[in-house]
Amino acid sequence: METNLFWEQFTRSLAIVKKNIRIYYSKGPVIIFGLLVPFFLFLSFYIGRNMPAKALIPGLLGMTAFFTATSVGPAIVPWEARAKTLERLISSPVSIWTIFLGDVLSSFLFGALVSVFPIIVGLCIGVQIVNPLILGFGVVLATFCFASFSILLSAYPPTDTPASVMMLSSMIKFPLVFISGIFIPIEELPAWGKTISSISPLTYFTDLARYSISGKGYYPIELDLIVLAVFAIAFLVSAIKIHERTMQKRL
Amino acid sequence: MPTENAVEVSNLTKHFGELVAVDHISFQVKKGELFGFLGPNAAGKTTTIRMLTGVIKPDDGAASVFGYGILREGLKTRQLMGIVPEMANAYVDLSAWNNLMLIGELYGVPKSLRRERATRLLKEFGLYERRNHLVRGYSRGMKQKLLLCMALINEPQILFLDEPTSGLDVESQRLIRDMIRDFNRNGVTVFLTTHNMDEANQLCDRIAIINRGKIAAIDSPERLRLRSSGLQSIEVSFDRGVDIEELSKFHGVNEAKKMGDKIRLYVDEPSEVIDKLLDFSRSKNLKIITLNTLAPTLEDVFLKLVKEG
Repeated sequence: METNLFWEQFTRSLAIVKKNIRIYYSKGPVIIFGLLVPFFLFLSFYIGRNMPAKALIPGLLGMTAFFTATSVGPAIVPWEARAKTLERLISSPVSIWTIFLGDVLSSFLFGALVSVFPIIVGLCIGVQIVNPLILGFGVVLATFCFASFSILLSAYPPTDTPASVMMLSSMIKFPLVFISGIFIPIEELPAWGKTISSISPLTYFTDLARYSISGKGYYPIELDLIVLAVFAIAFLVSAIKIHERTMQKRL
Repeated sequence: MPTENAVEVSNLTKHFGELVAVDHISFQVKKGELFGFLGPNAAGKTTTIRMLTGVIKPDDGAASVFGYGILREGLKTRQLMGIVPEMANAYVDLSAWNNLMLIGELYGVPKSLRRERATRLLKEFGLYERRNHLVRGYSRGMKQKLLLCMALINEPQILFLDEPTSGLDVESQRLIRDMIRDFNRNGVTVFLTTHNMDEANQLCDRIAIINRGKIAAIDSPERLRLRSSGLQSIEVSFDRGVDIEELSKFHGVNEAKKMGDKIRLYVDEPSEVIDKLLDFSRSKNLKIITLNTLAPTLEDVFLKLVKEG
């Protein structure tokens, strides 16, 4: 009975995923914050610096996965609250978990699909991937983790203004990019920098990407995977719990 | 849990800060009934429907739909419902077809069945030709028809309709009312909120009048009219103008109103006042052109109850 209910709700999450793909993947803020901003940020870092491709691709991959997987999630709830479609979802026979799992999965898919591009770019310019399986698994785990993080970003305050949530989430996302070993490898950071970087989930994905491409990372690969999984669960559970508590204020 | 009632509400209460939007209301809606929930703006109609459909949580009291508690068994209750909310909330960035497919999937309607039902509903409501157009370009009436299609895609046992004809042209209003009657005739229980007296009178088996969060009366439209004393009226017109003040002073007249070239007198006992009117016309050498007794309209009853509330 419980398994049936779980499966039934999961299939309804997939209906929400389809709806999100149709509506939100082409929204302006998603394109700007998910694709254009990380692309130009990377260009500004890359141009004029003589760095080997092997050192660049993990950073580009980390930034792409992080920005794309966190670009869809924050937009959905405030957008739907404003359009009164959130009320339509809440009044249908789906749980809060079903709705937000659908939102996380649509963010995750966007992040995972776009993250394939820097890998293809790397392969085209001659970068060899030492551990493709770990990289593939890492991309899936990390984008799911970042997608859950993006839902957490829209949980509080319970606003119905998408621009406010996008601004607030950018204020959190940009500092994380600078402390996560994207531009400067973790081993080159000072001790205080290493400590700060250890609180960012992006650090562990960038480290995992470096390990997968160059064969060596700063942290043990098992630690990267475990920390990403723990962050993913913590973000998902806390995001849904906070949304449950604040939902009434949005309706 | 078998029950005779489609909806049972007991002491349902909702506060918004200091404001008591719904104040310990209790009522039942029988299976197959077309139940009207009538009230002025901000009376608590929409808050009640939003609680019953699981959108907001009540602060106190309990409610069940077909025997399932709205809080403990929310998924089961919502599975049985079709809902047309007050504010149009179809996805404007999706086509009508995709809106219907989404709602069908959310209610677990199998793919072939939801395609079949969506086609039939869109044809019935005259939207089939524009099924692939984005809802953004739809008129208010088309959106409202689409919302009804969305509410019906799961073939619900109960329909919650929050002001379904509000703001629509006469033709669309008539179409939607006819549709509501048809669904009800086919066994669907309907819970309809409206502030349109005529609509409630035409459609509903029973009406609850809510004002300031409290139920003022529940009964059939006819019984509500009959039980309202002091709302019977006499409409009279004379061949010359008369001083309305003089008529309002007659014993048994509660209120006198000028209505065009006629005067309406609200009375407790029409026959007594008619005698006085005949005496009055003779004494003033006036000729009575028309003299009618009128039963109270539902609007009269409503306004009286709202005023008392």
